[in-house]
Amino acid sequence: MYRYDEFDASFVSDRVAQFSDQVRRRLAGDLTEEEFRPLRLMNGLYLQLHAYMLRVAVPYGTLSGKQMRKLARIARVYDRGFGHFTTRQNIQYNWPKLADVPAILEELAEVEMHAIQTSGNCIRNVTADHFAGAAADEATDPRPYAEILRQWSSLHPEFSYLPRKFKIAVTGAARDRAAIRVHDIGLEVRRNEKGEIGFRVLVGGGQGRTPMIAREVRDFLPEEDLIAYTDAILRVYNLYGRRDNKYKARIKILVHETGIDVLKQDIEAEFERIRDGVLKLPQQEVDRIEAYFAMPDLAPRAERSSLLEAAKADDMGLKRFAEQNLHPHKVPGHVCLTISLKPIGGIPGDASADQMDVVADLAERYGHDEIRVSHEQNLVLPHVALDDVPAIYAVLKENGLGTPNAGLVTDIIACPGLDYCALANARSIPVAERLSERFGDAERQAVIGPLSIKISGCINACGHHHVGHIGILGVDRKGEEFYQITLGGSPDETASIGEIVGRGFSTEEIVDAVETVVDTYLGQRADPGETFLAFYRRVGQAPFKEALYGA
Amino acid sequence: MPKILTANHLVSGDVVFRAPGGDWVVEVDRAELLDDKDALARAETAAAADVDHCVVIGVEAIDVTAGAGRIVPVRLRERIRAMGPTVKSDHRADLKPFA
Repeated sequence: MYRYDEFDASFVSDRVAQFSDQVRRRLAGDLTEEEFRPLRLMNGLYLQLHAYMLRVAVPYGTLSGKQMRKLARIARVYDRGFGHFTTRQNIQYNWPKLADVPAILEELAEVEMHAIQTSGNCIRNVTADHFAGAAADEATDPRPYAEILRQWSSLHPEFSYLPRKFKIAVTGAARDRAAIRVHDIGLEVRRNEKGEIGFRVLVGGGQGRTPMIAREVRDFLPEEDLIAYTDAILRVYNLYGRRDNKYKARIKILVHETGIDVLKQDIEAEFERIRDGVLKLPQQEVDRIEAYFAMPDLAPRAERSSLLEAAKADDMGLKRFAEQNLHPHKVPGHVCLTISLKPIGGIPGDASADQMDVVADLAERYGHDEIRVSHEQNLVLPHVALDDVPAIYAVLKENGLGTPNAGLVTDIIACPGLDYCALANARSIPVAERLSERFGDAERQAVIGPLSIKISGCINACGHHHVGHIGILGVDRKGEEFYQITLGGSPDETASIGEIVGRGFSTEEIVDAVETVVDTYLGQRADPGETFLAFYRRVGQAPFKEALYGA
Repeated sequence: MPKILTANHLVSGDVVFRAPGGDWVVEVDRAELLDDKDALARAETAAAADVDHCVVIGVEAIDVTAGAGRIVPVRLRERIRAMGPTVKSDHRADLKPFA
């Protein structure tokens, strides 16, 4: 993976020194909160409901065992023994003290990590397919381009004060596991008939209070034009994006209000002006970055592991785990292994310091020292031999990390909600816990099949409820928590925004209501092979409305 | 309805409440009840000085009910702030979840 060079290392250490001094001055009273707030946000430090919250960047969701151990140590020493993995592949600490943050940042810098640009009106973490560089269905690893974008966007002088935050996601497969169609810019790395690399470029996707699917502006942007074209998009956004209204400031609103054809013209005109300048990507630079992402030395093995098959025969849990949590790998006899952070009845996306250390151990021992964070709030070991799955599963299970539910109804995405977040209107975690308990039976989950529930505690949609097969939005109705259900959302290459099914439900009613939705699907699907999403797209809302609200 | 003042402790980020005498404490039951506009104004003036002196940030007056030695914020959000997350994510045995 990418290793800091001298420039990166000094850049980060300068930033730590600078922020340490800003904290010192704040505590001494030389800076007011109004002066300090934008500075601390530039280092990912929020003030939330109970405490400060520090959001640490995990570039394109990739980290090593050593980095994961450092995240564990920070949780243990400076926080309350756990961290939360987010829908943008980052990690959040909920209880750091302001006085400790400089020390935390110094420790992160030791392992080439930081919290820069995880907040504020700038370009945020470039996220990627969590199976990047490993999945069998990939045209190419998108992460070198995510790294190039990261370098281009870090402390970019022109783009540090955008109208609003800006989020970019990349995939190297047509099967979109990175939700690129609900990002400000989405990039699909592709190959043409000659095998040359290019990008499908999508602009103006997003969730929040006005969810929109991104629009295509290029179907095959040549590789060398990636940065110039992205720069052109940002320049047009920076110039025309609204600054009068925080809720209308994202690029999706600009696309909606201006029209994609006019906006594309502006982008192309700007691109023409700058395409042959310093932003043109030299092939040797791409090659240099790509070398950091070379696949580890994986010797092909037998497609079928007799060791795994034998172990499965004796262990139902392992059998289910192998069915659900393994994804086909480029190299025969290997898989991408999903570590579920969704224990039945537990908090989605949280991991204790001890659990993080366990994952680091497993990555170092069996996983070529590579770990991924997925936007679905799980962890992944992207390069694992089938033969090693039984040993890995045993360790995961012992540590509460072996839930065989990847992609199933209890693999719930939930934002921190009113339990943690100053923006929230309602709690989301308790709803997730209760739903997980209700549907916890492994056999029932298998019968239901792939079904993603996503829960947001407010309209900002950090839980991605708009693209949940079942989406739940928590609102405040006359001082009481109240929950709206949307159906038929999807974050993949067939992206769709979920549709509100009707009147919302109280805290007491919501779990039963979701169960009614699931039972309606089970009772009327064409056959067990018809997924929830396919069923909804075929029949629409009517059967659900009837079941929930009567004829 | 009486009010109390709440804020976050600057250095630690802890949720705190202004107690009689001007200390900022983490236990909501120890907060000073402000029953009228004058009491509120006096407390807010003193709190503003604490902001200037880098003790606390984000001072807010919130509605509470009081009785039998307990002070309970009216809004759910403020109750969660006072008593902590309603879900047990802390991996420390000594911390208990909100009821």
